[in-house]
Amino acid sequence: MPIELFTDKWPGNVRTVTIGATAAQGGTRTSTVTVGGQKTLPFMHFEQETPYKPVVALEIKDHRPDDWSPLLLQEWGEVMDDPARWAKAAEEAGADLIELMLNPTDLEGKATTPDASVKAVKAVLGAVGLPLMVFGPGQAELDNALLVPIAEATKGERLVLGICEDKNYRTIVATAMANEHLVSARTPMDVNLAKQLNILITDMGLPLERILMDPTTGALGYGIEYGYSVMERLRLAALQGDAMTQLPMIVTPGFEAWKTKEAKVGEGVPPAWGDWLSRGINWEVLTAASLLESGADILVLRHPESVRQVKAAIDELMRVPEKF
Amino acid sequence: MALSGIQIYKLLPQTNCKECGFPTCLAFAMKLAAKQVELADCPYVSEESKAQLAESAAPPIRLIALKADGYEIRAGNEVVLFRHEKTFYNKPGVFVKVTDDLSEEEIKAQVGTTESYIVNYVGIDLTLDGFAVESISREAEKFAAAVSAVRAMSKRPLILIGTDPSVIEAGIRLLDGETPLIYGVNRDNWEGMAEVARQYKAALGVAAATLEEAADLTEKIKGKGVEDLALGLASSSLSTNLTQQAQIRRLALKKNFKPLGYPTIAFPTNAAAAAQAITKYAGFVVLDKFAAEFIYPLLVLRQNIYTDPQKPIQVQPGVYEINNPKPEDPVLATTNFSITYFSVANEVEGSGMPAWLLVTDAEGMSVLTAWAAGKFDAERIAKAVKTFNLADKVSRKRIVIPGAVAVLSGELEAELPDWEVRVGPREAVDLPKFMKLVLA
Ligand code: B12
Ligand code: SF4
Repeated sequence: MPIELFTDKWPGNVRTVTIGATAAQGGTRTSTVTVGGQKTLPFMHFEQETPYKPVVALEIKDHRPDDWSPLLLQEWGEVMDDPARWAKAAEEAGADLIELMLNPTDLEGKATTPDASVKAVKAVLGAVGLPLMVFGPGQAELDNALLVPIAEATKGERLVLGICEDKNYRTIVATAMANEHLVSARTPMDVNLAKQLNILITDMGLPLERILMDPTTGALGYGIEYGYSVMERLRLAALQGDAMTQLPMIVTPGFEAWKTKEAKVGEGVPPAWGDWLSRGINWEVLTAASLLESGADILVLRHPESVRQVKAAIDELMRVPEKF
Repeated sequence: MALSGIQIYKLLPQTNCKECGFPTCLAFAMKLAAKQVELADCPYVSEESKAQLAESAAPPIRLIALKADGYEIRAGNEVVLFRHEKTFYNKPGVFVKVTDDLSEEEIKAQVGTTESYIVNYVGIDLTLDGFAVESISREAEKFAAAVSAVRAMSKRPLILIGTDPSVIEAGIRLLDGETPLIYGVNRDNWEGMAEVARQYKAALGVAAATLEEAADLTEKIKGKGVEDLALGLASSSLSTNLTQQAQIRRLALKKNFKPLGYPTIAFPTNAAAAAQAITKYAGFVVLDKFAAEFIYPLLVLRQNIYTDPQKPIQVQPGVYEINNPKPEDPVLATTNFSITYFSVANEVEGSGMPAWLLVTDAEGMSVLTAWAAGKFDAERIAKAVKTFNLADKVSRKRIVIPGAVAVLSGELEAELPDWEVRVGPREAVDLPKFMKLVLA
């Protein structure tokens, strides 16, 4: 029986965003990453071609974090003491790009200084040719104090700077504009708040082609369903033609999944939780794989095995089915 | 697809005879559309109209239920493509497969661990739903032996997998009074399989290479009088599977395309495929092995995706006594969002240390969400302390607030002048250490 497929015809599409600049483009990267451009819901190849695949970033820090799961400390080992080596190891683990997340304090517990963070960023840029995202510790004043000198010292690299939130975006957007960078805009799981922040940022003059949208991720078991559905709603709005939602989405399953007790704690937990290491990786991969289905363009992960599994999934999802 | 009142009206006699108890046929049609009356209340509907109304009332995705010994695993009856549009209703049953080339002992050992598996997530006990038994040997006796080995260890619903009707029959014969699913119906064996399904009142799962083939098969089988069907499609990649699942759901819901209006069955072999099965529409999920560290997150994912978006899972506000607290033990304040409550309660319980857990009415929101929404502030916490008469329960008035809302401590001291307000750690995992070192 011949079947007439049900296809959607969407008036809108997601914008393409390119991260990183090669020497020819005014930066020093050896590769760039382009995401977005979809004209359909995720991987509906029978409707339209999906021009760019989702990509995987690995999260690294400017020095060894004190609150990461022991499993991650064990996995990365001593490279965690040197952001350049860590970045190199992340590249070898298959990351398409790097997210450098700055610690709020140095190893002595003093507030991170602009000098030290510029040095860390430079070291990472020197060690790998991958595009880079640099996120502050998440405290408005400190973020601004660190990100401005970083943006200036790396002018033209098309880094992604973050995190822009409704309470703190002006300084970051201004420095991204002045120094040819991009920004990541985070809102707490709400379609209208996401649109509003994108409007505020574009009103300052930053073109949409330089904005990523972070709808906020909840880990599996800790609110994934909220983030999952907000992403589906944002993507539907984008395809329906709502300009302020037509941005590629960045999600942080690594950060969220490895914060959970299931991934972080190995002892004194119910036997029904099973093997600790596999459970931690499964927690991250199931979170990430679900968000791929709801429209993630950039997935920031923490464990190399998760990178392997999620990249394999992306390759499969991008394969255009011949018969179905 | 459900008909509107006007569409139903056109199928009624339009004589306004009032025998149904309504003044006009239109009024009756409106009630019928709202499902507040039964069609049988009108004695004059034509047979033809009856058939049309029944057809349109049938859900676009047929509900099927696998049953055994009081267990019932349902699939189908879904009404939306995206959970935010309403909700997903029937959680896909998760089955673990055993094969008949294993020895009786091996099967019993595998089924035993899976059967007794139980894990608690936010107060809900999660278990697996049943077993799939696959004929690898193609021998009737071996298959029957495998089925009885499974039945010796578990009473949960079964899926019988094979391609030879006589082999399947050897197994299904042992399942008196149950509704299993027979899987593996194809172009060559469908008549024999339909016969077995009809005789034993089982559901049938087609195993097709393409949507077209699946639709052909369901129509043929339906012609033989078997209507409880499930769709299994061979897929070479995640994208093929996604395409098939999306088309099946879309065609059923948007076009009321009956040949594909059935729940689906998926056989994921890795984490990403399992996540896809849960998020994108599988009705039954068959895993080829049991591993607690994989099953636990998978069952949690299923729980999350099938939560009704309109209703966060909540616990009752009140005072929860953990580890038999005495008057000198501390009060811990938290919200009534299930995930929040259980993260805290489980930690404290596990530590063995006694505490009074004050669960405030934060309309089912997490600590920071509630704080941002104005549902977990000093005033509300103080009110809860009073409403639940905590002052009468404790002798030493100490209240610990979550580290995430440290900013509230000043205001709370003002609201509760005779209480000692302490700021706890940000994460519940660190509570036992905090209680031991700081509160002791
Ligand atoms: C899921 C979520 C939602 C869901 C709601 C889920 C729910 N039922 O609560 C939705 C999408 C509805 C939502 C809405 C909003 N959200 Co919200 N949301 C989140 C998210 C992603 C996860 C929250 C969660 O479930 N955490 C898991 C639970 C278990 O954590 P918890 O309750 O804090 O409990 C932990 C600890 O606090 C501790 N703990 C708990 N109790 C106790 C007690 C003691 C004594 C101790 C010591 C410890 C302790 O133990 C737990 C485990 O460690 C967070 C961001 C994030 N990733 O954390 C934002 C977040 C909480 N939301 C935020 C905001 C702003 C909002 C909104 C106001 C925005 C909006 N959309 O309008 C609304 C408010 C709601 C409203 N007006 O109706 C902000 C809050 C910002 C701030 N710091 O003020 C956050 C932090 C996001 C952000 N970074 O901006 N949100
Ligand atoms: S009983 Fe039937 S025919 Fe008579 S008014 Fe009611 S709907 Fe119309």
